Amino acid sequence: MITVTVNSRDHVVDVPEDMPLLWVLRDVIGLTGTKFGCGIAQCGACTVHVDGQAVRSCVLPVGSLSGHRITTVEAVGETAAGKRIQDAWLDIEVVQCGYCQSGQIMSASALLAHVPDPSDADIDAAMAGNICRCGTYVRIRQAIKQAATGQTVAMQTIANTAPPMAAGASKSTQ
Amino acid sequence: MTRQACPAPSRRAVLRGTGGFALGFLLAGRVGPAVASVSPFPAPDNAAAAAADGHPEFAPNAFIRIDRTGPVRLVMPNVEMGQGIYTSEAALIAEELDLDLDQVTLEHAPPNNELYATALLGEQATGGSTSSRANWLLLRQAGAVARAMLVGAAAQKWTVDAATLSVERGVVHHAASGRSAAYGELAEAAAQQPVPTKVTLKSPKDFRLLGKPLRRLDTPQKVDGAMPFGIDIRVPGMMTACVVACPTNGGRVASVDDAAARAIPGVKDVIRLDDGVAVTGEHFWAAKSGADALRIVWDRGPNADFSTAVLFSQLEQTSRTGKPIVARQVGDLNQPGKTIEAIYQLPMLAHAPMEPLNAVVHVRPDACEIWVGTQVPVRVQNIAAKVTGLPTDKVIVHNQYLGGGFGRRLEEDSVGQAVRVAKAVDYPVKLIWTREQDIQHDIPRPAYYDHIAAIVNTDGMPVAWTDRVTGASVLRRWAPQAVRADGFDPDTTEGADEPPYDLPNLQAEWVPFEMPKGLPIGWWRGVGPTHNLFKVESFIDELAHAAGKDPVVYRRALLQKNPRVLALLDLVADKSAWDSPRPTRVGRGIALGSVFGSHVCVMVEIEVSPEREVHLRRSVAAIDCGFVINPNTVEAQIQGGLIFGWTGALYSQLTYEQGAVQQNNFNDYRMMRINETPPIEVHIVKSSADVGGIGEVGTAIAAPALGNAVFSATGIRVRKLPILAALEAA
Repeated sequence: MITVTVNSRDHVVDVPEDMPLLWVLRDVIGLTGTKFGCGIAQCGACTVHVDGQAVRSCVLPVGSLSGHRITTVEAVGETAAGKRIQDAWLDIEVVQCGYCQSGQIMSASALLAHVPDPSDADIDAAMAGNICRCGTYVRIRQAIKQAATGQTVAMQTIANTAPPMAAGASKSTQ
Repeated sequence: MTRQACPAPSRRAVLRGTGGFALGFLLAGRVGPAVASVSPFPAPDNAAAAAADGHPEFAPNAFIRIDRTGPVRLVMPNVEMGQGIYTSEAALIAEELDLDLDQVTLEHAPPNNELYATALLGEQATGGSTSSRANWLLLRQAGAVARAMLVGAAAQKWTVDAATLSVERGVVHHAASGRSAAYGELAEAAAQQPVPTKVTLKSPKDFRLLGKPLRRLDTPQKVDGAMPFGIDIRVPGMMTACVVACPTNGGRVASVDDAAARAIPGVKDVIRLDDGVAVTGEHFWAAKSGADALRIVWDRGPNADFSTAVLFSQLEQTSRTGKPIVARQVGDLNQPGKTIEAIYQLPMLAHAPMEPLNAVVHVRPDACEIWVGTQVPVRVQNIAAKVTGLPTDKVIVHNQYLGGGFGRRLEEDSVGQAVRVAKAVDYPVKLIWTREQDIQHDIPRPAYYDHIAAIVNTDGMPVAWTDRVTGASVLRRWAPQAVRADGFDPDTTEGADEPPYDLPNLQAEWVPFEMPKGLPIGWWRGVGPTHNLFKVESFIDELAHAAGKDPVVYRRALLQKNPRVLALLDLVADKSAWDSPRPTRVGRGIALGSVFGSHVCVMVEIEVSPEREVHLRRSVAAIDCGFVINPNTVEAQIQGGLIFGWTGALYSQLTYEQGAVQQNNFNDYRMMRINETPPIEVHIVKSSADVGGIGEVGTAIAAPALGNAVFSATGIRVRKLPILAALEAA
């Protein structure tokens, strides 16, 4: 039995110590916001925070995590940096298919928490581990800058004066 | 439960009339004010649709469900895989229905070719940049029909002339009497109204939604992890499965020792398939650990000697000796002048959508239930029926949001495999492919070997143009009914047979090539144009260089009869400061094309280091895709499409040795990352022309712009992709 603390809740899980955190989150605890993309820490889709640091959960053995605080995309909006990042993601319409975006948002939130006003080089360094196959990188960069400065980035197509749609305003059914 | 009767004739008959699959065929859709005859809209009158539609009060057609209370439910005929189609299609309906987008919810369509086929494809499928082109008028008509019936119901109830009523945010008003009624209150009566045979569509000047930058309806759930993709579905009693597939396509399991696998805690069953072995377990980690512990002896099968080197030598030979089929021939190729020719070669490519292939399948004695994100719901239903022996109406498919498609999810192979596994057990199974499996068992984009030539006059301008494409046909397997009577596959030369330039003497032809049996090839984002535009636009650059002319000046001379594309070229040349001085090692490339009913021009500026590393510095694109439904999406698709295309052009090649793919994962099948991505400016040209496709245009134009920039920076002409390998070899 291993105790892991995820989003401020303790979970006692009966799994092998070498089982990656990703699969404990997804298949045991039932938090599916964290995604599987490669299994070898090359794509960043599985990024979570451990004690506030962005890490790749697909290669992180759960046995090493007792006493550490894990935050996933489901709860990152409760942090100041995470909320600012999510709001900017909505405002700038970063998302396409969305599958990598949990990981992008976790990496970007950790960056903003540690570097309040990141340069382009800071963004490159923090975000280069996150692949987006849809190619949303241009807007990711804009959204991080907007989240950092609070100044709306001039977009060519979106009137930034329009409020972002409230989360959950339009839900799609299964 | 009240439902409109299904008007005859059925839409299936109409689809037949369109000639079925027709890549590049543009539905005649006018933007201007129109009294449109209403296509026959079948109501959901079969079992699958009834189960999905939730029994609304009012279902005037397959796309709209109005209940007594709550938001209006819209059923999406296409699938959402990042391209923004759910928002665009919802807006098309909502515009004519006088609803705002915060008043609707979206539902995935069940598999049903009669109700949800994409007319340009002849079946319920999402691909080929056809969705907006095919459904632009259809969905507006669907909304207008529903509005007319709701307004008609109010007019009857209040005994007033329908023309005196107005609608705002789904509430019908009668100004003179001050009466009003919400759609929900009118739904039951609307269902009794006659279905109009003609409706007046809005004039573009009255659009409230279309043409404005719309926020996507799926974004909020995609920033907090709430949006379920297929891979996130969990059903009670479910086990997770991993499959070890034979490394060579067409190979078989000779023997398997599963003792070690079965000993792993959490492993449930080991299931021997023909071409692989599946392990199920309590979670992915157990299944994966079990799969890794299998000891399998393979019969490597008929393709055990296949290699990329053999493939290209066969392509080369076929190009020289094979019998071509002419795609298009105009003018007289016998012209005086100097011949310039080149061979262009393009590799096989993997799709690698971020969400690995997966499916949740529950096979019961009387039914099969499937949860999957697919571009082809009906094909999924059919493969499950075939594997289980159940009738298709006993196969229930719950489509999901797709974590990328790019053509990989136009195939149902992985779903068929999941059904084979699930059929062997009495519990639901979620099959997840590893990334290694995704790369090694893709249904890849085929390789091409193209021989292009031009005769140029004394000014260096082309007076005759021949283009011989050699490669395997995807269409012959995927939609054989769409192949021309003489065997010609129009996808092979799309983007090559009608270049936007003034080329009065032209012949484009295709030499069919057969892949070894058991090595299927598939659609890849941008399909034919992605391969052909690289060659055509690189070759135009070669001709410009041979003529001693600037690539923009040269193209401009050839576009004098094509003002729409010429305008894009001039716009990009201007916005990108094409003529401004360049530092050393910096190059600029330009490329243009007319594909998927749209027109595009892109400039990319790069720097090539002495070590021949390619750094993209900036890019400027101009797009004319006719009337723009959602500019927000157009910009995103051009940016993302370019990045997808540049990734392929710079890095990608799927290579085979001894029958097996040599690449494994993102460590050796490289993806472009944020630090490699330049700023990309997108200029959208205002147009009232027919709606064009947008999901693949950027991808198709990316490689030639980049290849031309490499030439500009280094003097090296890349005629064999990928670019980094070509630069290494140069």
